[in-house]
Amino acid sequence: MIGVLVDIGFWVLGILAVASAVLVFVVDSMARATYALALSFVAVGLSLLLLQQNYVGVVTVLMMVMEMAVMAVYMVMYMGMNPALMPMSMVHDKRAALAVSVAAFVVLGAGALLVPWPVRRGVPSPDVTAALGEALMGKQMLVMVVVSPVMVATIVGGIVLAAGRTRYDRFGDDLDVRPPRDPERGGVGR
Amino acid sequence: MSDASSLTTVGLPGLLLWAAALLALAVGAVALDGVLAARSEGAPLRPSLTRVVDETARLLRQRRRAPLSADTLVWRVGSSGLVVAALLMVAVVPFGDHVVSDLDVGIVWFNTMDVLVWALVWLLGWGANSAHSLVGGYRFLALALAYELPLMFALVAPAVGAASLRLGDVAAAQSGLWFVVWMPVAFAVYCLGVVAFSVWGPFAVPAGHDLAGGVLAELSGVDRLLAQAGRYALLAAGALFAVPLFLGGGAGPALPGWLWVPVKASVLLALFVLARRTLPSVRPERLMEVGWVVLLPAVLVQDLVVAVVVAVRG
Repeated sequence: MIGVLVDIGFWVLGILAVASAVLVFVVDSMARATYALALSFVAVGLSLLLLQQNYVGVVTVLMMVMEMAVMAVYMVMYMGMNPALMPMSMVHDKRAALAVSVAAFVVLGAGALLVPWPVRRGVPSPDVTAALGEALMGKQMLVMVVVSPVMVATIVGGIVLAAGRTRYDRFGDDLDVRPPRDPERGGVGR
Repeated sequence: MSDASSLTTVGLPGLLLWAAALLALAVGAVALDGVLAARSEGAPLRPSLTRVVDETARLLRQRRRAPLSADTLVWRVGSSGLVVAALLMVAVVPFGDHVVSDLDVGIVWFNTMDVLVWALVWLLGWGANSAHSLVGGYRFLALALAYELPLMFALVAPAVGAASLRLGDVAAAQSGLWFVVWMPVAFAVYCLGVVAFSVWGPFAVPAGHDLAGGVLAELSGVDRLLAQAGRYALLAAGALFAVPLFLGGGAGPALPGWLWVPVKASVLLALFVLARRTLPSVRPERLMEVGWVVLLPAVLVQDLVVAVVVAVRG
């Protein structure tokens, strides 16, 4: 009985994930495209619950909805002269894009179907989330610890290079102008 | 340290009872808000007590209107989704020994539902195809970026204190001392987050009068009823969720545990409602610095204190 319910859940969520991913390119509105993608990710997150990865599944939904909410803002903002607030096509260079995406889908799908999946040995650990974390991160912890400050430094460096205004624009040539000359005042009176 | 909780799961049929409790709290909040409004205007108090019924009847009979080229699908997802998010939040809240779903990641579940509100309020603003609504949606995201990270780290404190993400365990871990006593910063930031994701009080600017109602501007009929009910339901759900998180769960003298939960929640909810008429509105562009320069470090220090206390106690 439980097995049947899990099967039904898997197929419903799987079809929902693929169908809403297709919708991203079919709909003609930025908001609908963004949130169709969010729905696809939500279906993926919920299907992780079928693996009893409750934490990973719920966090996936959390991260993806948050990400798509912010992405909708950027998508509209960076559309520039294109009227992103109006109905518009979500595809460019249709023929090449279609060929690439079909090829990618076939390769990945074939890989998933043809790869010799291992047979289960033993029983799953009682805490599958901890086991997954151990398997993913255990041996690579040093790499992760090194990579994260490098990533933060890259983000900060990128923003510093991209920002039009420097600290000299904010604080003056001698860095002694208080409060800083900002186009918008901050909330804490700096 | 955390006592293993022994909760009885009532499952989906029990969700009706939880929904009734949520509805009762939300109706109480509307009535209290109405009484406060009437008192400040010197108007008679009696009409404000039946405001819920009057307004519901009015909106149910009102014909739905939609602006030209409104994206009705996403608009209605936005207006009807808020109530659903609030109900899903309270589904993991234990009333005494009973809970709809004893989810092992209850705190993350709550966090996910409050992030869902980001999407719903923005879609509410987008769907109407009206400039005022859209600006309201963007205002909400600006506030959300500022309050969400402090809120997330405020939720970390009780989880670390109880060494569990399960709400039953978190409530049970407070049998000695309520978390609100030794995690006051996390509690304050949590309350601020609840008021903010309910588009309420100082954080109601996405639906502000200066925007002709913002995200609510074009709503009418049952859509307006659902969106307004959703705001009150979110406020009530946040108050209910605070009980197992910070206020000792069902613990208390004389009354049974299942009754203490709504009693404590209604006190907190009354404070949230009061905030609307006592605190000034927050400008969306100003909250970012407050959130990330003041609240985020404060709540991180709170998490550190909790972690050290837990480590020392062993």
